[in-house]
Amino acid sequence: MDINKDLVAASATPLVLAILAEADSYGYAILKRVSELSGGRLEWSDGMLYPVLHRLERLGYVSGTWATSDVGRRRKYYRITQRGREQLDAQRRQWQTVDAALRNVWSVLAAHATPDLLPQEC
Amino acid sequence: MAANTEALERHIAEWRAYVVRGRGMAGSDVEELEDHLRDEIGALTASGLAADEAFLVAVKRIGSLNALSREFAREHSERLWRQLVLGADDPGGKSPRTETAVVMVLAAAAAVAVRLPELFGLGLGPGSEEFYARNLSLFVLPFLTIYLAWKRGLGAAALARLLIAFAAAAVIMNLYPFQLQGQTLPLAAIHLPIALWLAVGVAYTGFRWRESSERMHFIRFSGELFIYYVLIALGGAVLSLLTAGMFRAIGLDAEELISRWLLPCGAVGAVLVGAWLVEMKPGVIENMAPVLTRVFTPLFVLVLVTFLATMVWTGRGIVLEREVLIGFDLLLVVVLGLLLYAVSARDPLAPPGLFDRLQLTLVVSALVVDAVALAAIAARISGFGFTPNRTAALGENLVLLVNLAWSAWLYSRFLRGRAPFSALERWQTSYLPVYAVWALAVVIVFPLVFGFA
Repeated sequence: MDINKDLVAASATPLVLAILAEADSYGYAILKRVSELSGGRLEWSDGMLYPVLHRLERLGYVSGTWATSDVGRRRKYYRITQRGREQLDAQRRQWQTVDAALRNVWSVLAAHATPDLLPQEC
Repeated sequence: MAANTEALERHIAEWRAYVVRGRGMAGSDVEELEDHLRDEIGALTASGLAADEAFLVAVKRIGSLNALSREFAREHSERLWRQLVLGADDPGGKSPRTETAVVMVLAAAAAVAVRLPELFGLGLGPGSEEFYARNLSLFVLPFLTIYLAWKRGLGAAALARLLIAFAAAAVIMNLYPFQLQGQTLPLAAIHLPIALWLAVGVAYTGFRWRESSERMHFIRFSGELFIYYVLIALGGAVLSLLTAGMFRAIGLDAEELISRWLLPCGAVGAVLVGAWLVEMKPGVIENMAPVLTRVFTPLFVLVLVTFLATMVWTGRGIVLEREVLIGFDLLLVVVLGLLLYAVSARDPLAPPGLFDRLQLTLVVSALVVDAVALAAIAARISGFGFTPNRTAALGENLVLLVNLAWSAWLYSRFLRGRAPFSALERWQTSYLPVYAVWALAVVIVFPLVFGFA
């Protein structure tokens, strides 16, 4: 399924923050987790994750540190900050509102689609 | 297998060289991406792909490098090759030749505009200073706005909206019945360019002036334009001296030529040329403003701290003369400038360092000095009442004081790790309209309140 680009972009911040709230991580592992969480249906062009991470770092939501990975390469690890957690909370509330609104409208649509609930069309 | 690894390493090295050429990415970005690429290749070979296939798939998954370096450039806009990256494949890009022609025509137009009033008996010189004081910024800023609007591809409607602001300024400046020898006319003449600079900024950002990063670019642009302008002015002074000398050698006086043509036309034309140079070659002196701030911040700290210490040591108060208030305003402007350009050039991700502490010391000591001056001035005003000059200087002082005080607070939070540096950046960019609004108030409201005196 192709998910609209704007939707992908909008969900990137809460997804990345939530994944980092689970545990500190680095780019490649974050992408693996996104793919896991979405059952492989949310596809990012891999590289685009990094500008997102850098933006979050600039805004002070995550902090990055270079360290040596278990395979011996230098790797940049990201950790969520207190501000990042607050931002994640704010984003969660926003998405829940949107989600609730959509659920309501979906159920209304589903009801309309059932003919016996629409006597005027009988 | 060894041959395979070697080939893979070669591929990766080529890829890295290619990425480095894409200008949006700095060394650590590439390193981070390479780590990603190697992880991906590792996972793919583990699932059975050959090394070279894995490399191709991994590179493809990273995505279009062009799009990527543009994303990086957009995110790290403090890396100033942004213009180059964005300009390279910008479909609306202007060819350098057309741009040169446009700038030359506009500079010439500004030069003509400044000489035109002479046809109506308002030549440069004694008798018409008042006319030029009223209109000086209107000879050059509209042309600068036209150039920037053209460069940003703004439509005619957008440009018209900006030019209406200049027309309104012209109407106010020329219809207000200013009293000769009054204070409100010089005040309006000084503050008008500051207010109109906002219109230039709107054109510069292509009407995206609400975005903090765009405002930051405009701050950098202003600083670089100023530096270029000073350089051009120095060159112009040398040219004038040589011209005068050469003509004197053949027994002719070139003073008329210089003072009526070279000086005024050069002074307005140089603004256009300077703006064009900043736009064309953002790389040439992009580091000038930060270098100057690095040199002068420690020096100003030294002077201010010495001044405060001397004042405490000797117990001398500030002697209130006419110019004292303006002098302290200028001090705050310089400190603010040092702060602003240090902020604009700083890598927002770098951890707090020695220079940041120095910067905070500068701001705090300037605030202390200013508080002392303000107390003295308040006493004077309560004794002698408000005049336009005193009110304007006091207002400016407060506008600057609020900015610096809050900056000091944000800076100290940053030094204690409580807030990201971007908070300070955002504060500076969101404060910009305050200057314009205050300047506008001095131009429009002051003459009415003080009866054009």
